[in-house]
Amino acid sequence: MSNSDSRDIELIKDPGLPAHVHRRTDTDPVAAKRAERQVAILFGLSTLGTLLLIYSFIFIPIMGDTNLHQFGVGMGMAIALFCIGAGAIHWAKTLMPDDEVVAHRHEFRSDEQDRDDFVKTVKEGAASAGLGRRPLIKRTLGAALGLSGLTPLLLLRDLGPLPGDDLKKTNWKAGTRLVTDPGDRPIRPEDLEIGAVAQTQPEFPEGKERHLEDIAKDAVLLIRMRPEEFNLDSERLSWTHEGIIAFSKICSHMGCAVALYEQTTKHLLCPCHQSTFDVTRAAKVIFGPAARPLPQLAITVDEEGFLIAQAPFTEPVGPSFWGRLT
Amino acid sequence: MTARERVAGNVAGYVDDRTGAAKWMKKNLQKVFPDHWSFLLGEICLYSFIILLLSGTFLTFWFDPSMREVVYEGSYEPLQGVKMSAAYASALEISFEVRGGLLMRQIHHWAALIFMVGIVVHLMRVYFTGAFRKPREFNWIIGVGLLTLGIVEGFLGYSLPDDLLSGTGIRIAEAIIQAIPVVGSYLSYFAFGGAFPGLAFIPRIYIVHVLILPGIFLALITVHLMLVWYQKHTQFPGPGRTEKNVVGYPLMPVYMAKAGGFFFIFFGVTAFLGAVASINPIWLYGPYNPGQISAGSQLDWYMGWLDGLVRMAPPLETYLFGYTISWNILIPGLILPGIMFTGLALYPFIESWMTGDKREHHLLDRPRNAPNRTAIGAMALTFTLVSLINGGNDIIATHFDLTINQMMWFARIGIIVLPPLAFIITKRICLSLQRADRELVLHGRETGRLVRMPNGEFVEVHEPISPEKAWLLTSHEQIAPLELPEVDEAGVRRPAALRNKIRNRLSRAHAVAVPKATETERRELEGHH
Repeated sequence: MSNSDSRDIELIKDPGLPAHVHRRTDTDPVAAKRAERQVAILFGLSTLGTLLLIYSFIFIPIMGDTNLHQFGVGMGMAIALFCIGAGAIHWAKTLMPDDEVVAHRHEFRSDEQDRDDFVKTVKEGAASAGLGRRPLIKRTLGAALGLSGLTPLLLLRDLGPLPGDDLKKTNWKAGTRLVTDPGDRPIRPEDLEIGAVAQTQPEFPEGKERHLEDIAKDAVLLIRMRPEEFNLDSERLSWTHEGIIAFSKICSHMGCAVALYEQTTKHLLCPCHQSTFDVTRAAKVIFGPAARPLPQLAITVDEEGFLIAQAPFTEPVGPSFWGRLT
Repeated sequence: MTARERVAGNVAGYVDDRTGAAKWMKKNLQKVFPDHWSFLLGEICLYSFIILLLSGTFLTFWFDPSMREVVYEGSYEPLQGVKMSAAYASALEISFEVRGGLLMRQIHHWAALIFMVGIVVHLMRVYFTGAFRKPREFNWIIGVGLLTLGIVEGFLGYSLPDDLLSGTGIRIAEAIIQAIPVVGSYLSYFAFGGAFPGLAFIPRIYIVHVLILPGIFLALITVHLMLVWYQKHTQFPGPGRTEKNVVGYPLMPVYMAKAGGFFFIFFGVTAFLGAVASINPIWLYGPYNPGQISAGSQLDWYMGWLDGLVRMAPPLETYLFGYTISWNILIPGLILPGIMFTGLALYPFIESWMTGDKREHHLLDRPRNAPNRTAIGAMALTFTLVSLINGGNDIIATHFDLTINQMMWFARIGIIVLPPLAFIITKRICLSLQRADRELVLHGRETGRLVRMPNGEFVEVHEPISPEKAWLLTSHEQIAPLELPEVDEAGVRRPAALRNKIRNRLSRAHAVAVPKATETERRELEGHH
């Protein structure tokens, strides 16, 4: 469906650039004078804006009413800058020449002679260096350059340690007490009512400080419900204690804190990507992009009646990585 | 000659004696720029970049890029006594103790958002008008590079304050790195200097954010602008505008005043936003703690599509010989974005391969006159838009009383169904608009005046359109599709038969058009009346 193949069809012609229409400011001195005044007023307003900025900066206290201070400084700045711009554009549009100018283009391609000469120059240059005739130099240079490329990789090696088993381990061990976060108080089952949720950390020995790296792996969520609400196999059921079940709080998808617990449905929801875990079925994924349940921590109580871990986590917590299961 | 003119002449002479710049300056001060509102979009990007440099430099004077733990003792009462990183504490200091600091933080953040909007809309303008065609392919690729780096730079920037929201974003970035097969956990330990979050990350991304990436930006933007300058700006078609000329206004004085003025206007608007519109109120989020999170966590908009893809990914992991491959992270987080950006960067070459068009183009296309390109663009935009919407699925669900499940299934089905649909509809619309143009040229404009003929018939009076308008509607080229041979003269299949067949089909799809009106047809119609 094209017209280009039929020769005797006459196309519509280019009427050429329309005649220039003069603005009022070009012909009427009064209008030009008015435009000049308008530009000057805009520049004057800009000055007022800067004065507002100076006043606000010096006299409005930053504390007390932070917003007013920054509002004054910001509005002053906005007015000052905007009016300079508006004035300049108004000036250009009303008083500067608006005759359209036509400039010519030329093709970027150099002429054949130049192109050939260029290729010849490159060839001659390469030939005179003799790279082609001296393979020994070429090969050793290639090897030297290639090998020296390893230097930056090597120098960057100490950016960090190798992960080793680090990603697979947490501070939970058999017998570690669960303590509240924040507060670091040990927890008794009676402290949790049915329907309650608590964020916990493993108890640290006196003097050992809890870093964010620890929290990023150790955070555990305790949830208490009626024991008959569980829908678990006997092993997982033995990991709970009087209706209290413990899961890693670090999402098995991308590591966000799985913090939203819906009491009526017994669902845990990760606010980052909405992966939803069914607490009654050992945090099985029932919705969203997470591929694995949240790891469950086996818990029980010690002789003093405080909640403790029966054993460490049986799988790495947090997001996937290549060697998770090795 | 006044005294001032004499001084100016002397200065110019002094400089020219030493550089010979007069000739070059004379030529370039008279450089002609075509006028169109959409040519301001690139300027917006440049200006927001300048604002980012200025406001960002201001922020560095107080910001302490350190993850060392401090106890907050500043003037914001709700956080007094709370342990936090020095980075977060200094970001609070900028917000509450430094005069104009909060304003500068907000200007910086707003300018970053507008920078990205500017890039995307500028890219759309360049794409839909075909401005990327030969000889401007290099600039297209530089532009795609700026878009990609802009996303990274923006993400690093809002990660710096180390508040709860940005820390969560870093955690997600860490999960993406960790999901890379074989080397993921190593890369993550190198990036973070050990286990997440560690103490190394903020200082490291700080130097990338304030030195390395801005340096690359500066270099790329310079080349981008030099190419625009050297190749001269494209122009829209119209009377008197050809492939061989540029119609517009000279740099001095009109464009200096207009472009310079626009910079001030734009800076003023950004300052206004910074003054009245609160953005990223980090003091409300609290310091980062990997065991905590705030509901409704949202990335900045230019990352939203990526998060939307991650959210809609099916829960797919493969376990192979004991190793884990997380498709639910790899596909939306790395593979799809990789395909999207590679395709975007290569599009000029793909199109010229499809159409076989290797000529220079300086006149822009009206989008309707390139229906296939416009439809491909609409398809890509729809894909991105569905992802972007899904990136805010929790917010949308709570605001419109939907469930997250409904949103997720809308996205999962929509991401597959809607883009092809957008392609088909857009192509149809383009062809209909071409038909309307043809009607307009042949039959003129409907005046809305009804006249009763002597025989009782009612007709609407049509008025012929102006010669300028008629030229505008018919000046575009309609290229015939390729007809590459699949067999040679002897009737034997060529080695390139399959490739030629594909190219022929693609170029046919690209050449679909409503034949434009011609003078001959107009004359014939006049004869009938």
